[in-house]
Amino acid sequence: MYVAVKGGETAIENAHAWLAEERRGATDIDELSIVQIREQLGLAVNRVMAEGSLYDPDLAALAIKQSRGDLIEAIFLIRAYRTTLPRFGYSNPVKTDEMACDRRISATFKDAPGGQVLGPTFDYTHRLLDFKLAAEGEVPAAPTAQPRTEATPHITEFLKGEDIIQDEPASDTTPGDLTREPMELPSNRPLRLQSLTRGDEGFVLGMAYSTQRGYARNHAFVGELRIGKVAVEMDIPELGFAIDIGEIELTECETVNQFKGSKTEPPQFTRGYGLVFGQSERKSIAMALVDRALRWEELGEDNLGAPAQDEEFVLSHADNIQATGFLEHIKLPHYVDFQSELELVRKLRREAEERITPKEAAE
Amino acid sequence: MNEYNFAYLDEQTKRMIRRAILKGLAVPGYQVPFASREMPMPYGWGTGGVQVSAATLTPEDTFKVIDQGADDTTNAVSIRKFFENTAGVETTEETEKATVIQTRHRIPEAKLRKDQIIVYQVPIPEPLRFLEPRETETRKMHSLEEYGLMHVKLYEDISQHGAISTAYAYPVKVSDRYVMDPSPIPKFDNPKLEMDAIQLFGAGREQRIYAVPPHTKVVSLDFEDYPFEATKADHPCDLCGAEDSYLDEVIMDDAGNRMFVCSDTDYCRSRREAGHKGRLAEENAA
Repeated sequence: MYVAVKGGETAIENAHAWLAEERRGATDIDELSIVQIREQLGLAVNRVMAEGSLYDPDLAALAIKQSRGDLIEAIFLIRAYRTTLPRFGYSNPVKTDEMACDRRISATFKDAPGGQVLGPTFDYTHRLLDFKLAAEGEVPAAPTAQPRTEATPHITEFLKGEDIIQDEPASDTTPGDLTREPMELPSNRPLRLQSLTRGDEGFVLGMAYSTQRGYARNHAFVGELRIGKVAVEMDIPELGFAIDIGEIELTECETVNQFKGSKTEPPQFTRGYGLVFGQSERKSIAMALVDRALRWEELGEDNLGAPAQDEEFVLSHADNIQATGFLEHIKLPHYVDFQSELELVRKLRREAEERITPKEAAE
Repeated sequence: MNEYNFAYLDEQTKRMIRRAILKGLAVPGYQVPFASREMPMPYGWGTGGVQVSAATLTPEDTFKVIDQGADDTTNAVSIRKFFENTAGVETTEETEKATVIQTRHRIPEAKLRKDQIIVYQVPIPEPLRFLEPRETETRKMHSLEEYGLMHVKLYEDISQHGAISTAYAYPVKVSDRYVMDPSPIPKFDNPKLEMDAIQLFGAGREQRIYAVPPHTKVVSLDFEDYPFEATKADHPCDLCGAEDSYLDEVIMDDAGNRMFVCSDTDYCRSRREAGHKGRLAEENAA
């Protein structure tokens, strides 16, 4: 006898219980604490904050713990939480030229005011597994130097003096908000940058890499990459002036790209821009490359039909929460639509067979 | 879950969604962009429908959720539970008793009334999407009422297969103006799209809401010599004997024997309770 499948509710509850058990792992092993994740898996925390669009290392660490280290799942938890938070207002633009830099490098000048500061980078580590870490992770304190007290100027400012790089005029126009208004295409640069900074690191990296390999090639020099803390200021109407409401860590990348020129304009360097929460170097460089590729129209370049030049393509597919949701929804039941296709294919096959069968056989 | 507002979304967001719904009702079949929120369930799993339901529900409503026509499919269970927790509304499996019905892929068999609202979950709201991937292009095509591409597609189907080879999400023209995707319902359900109830469609990931007001003309696209046909498996339901309901095919054993059962579980149950019996109905089966 056939019994219709029932009991979805119990099955779901049991699945959740099992999941919780798997998340905890073997109970004779110490449980991870949120602070351990925040302090020792900092780059994962940064990625979750960047793509979750919420600067809160503790919540990001909690999300990583809850998601068993699945970062896209963690980003999803943060996004779903973020969307319920009330909006008190908007901060003033952060002043990255006043950043207290932990790292600041330029690939275009051997030295410049502020110097080259390597900071805590993997760059020159030899990628050899450090088996000592398997036993114990205690390290001696790193040497320190006097921190620079004066602000570190942007490298592009020096080029601007010579008028040899395209200017980015300041604007007081309030940019659109990707999270509050539906994306309408064609979009504009502020919205593109919002989309890229919260876009999937892998996707943005792949897009950027494609431009390096010749799909809308536009050779980029890393004019500057800086990582450090900036103050967040907000105007408080009751006070009539701006106050510091906190401090966030950012990675900023400015690329210096090929010059363009025309009969009327002398050749000039152009720029791409990346700005990401936390120490997120790969992401911010990739973002700058994709930003630059998407500016083809504004800078009077040809549309080469490359994916990274295609705003609609890039913006529609950069968000990993949208992508993973839609990808994984095909796990859901589709009995009904499948059934309708089944009937249709059977019917078409029947009709095709009738056509193929010799006429005389029917007579 | 008292830490969240009624039906989860804050009132500002609900107001924004209600505006989109009203605009959708005023321009039947037109896709209204809305600032879809991240919901605590994944995109593609009914976030559009959930947001529309959240903006539609009142504390007095009785809510029903179906997926594939059934109340007990896992995602329907999950969404029903979400609103039980966040809105505390009464829920039901009976189509009759529901005032708001959220659905994925089906329209209930029972005729809906004017005091009911049906909310469809929509994956890809753009009927022209698989003919033209660019939103900038398809919006232009809608505004110019430029639907030639769709007719060419249907014509190509006929020349290749001898029939229109779209079995679900079969495109319709609403109120003689907009071509609309009715969501992936089987084309068997298309004739029901002209109904007494309000029909709302929500696509969360794609940030679109659209609507069909009661008694609006909804025509499935076809050709005079190849008219639209609402098809289903050519069997009666093996449990309740219904000949007029959409059927799921179930594989019963290793020999590949099949049975056919109503996809609308509430319809099937109510018929069996009224004493109807199908080929494989057990004497005591409820």
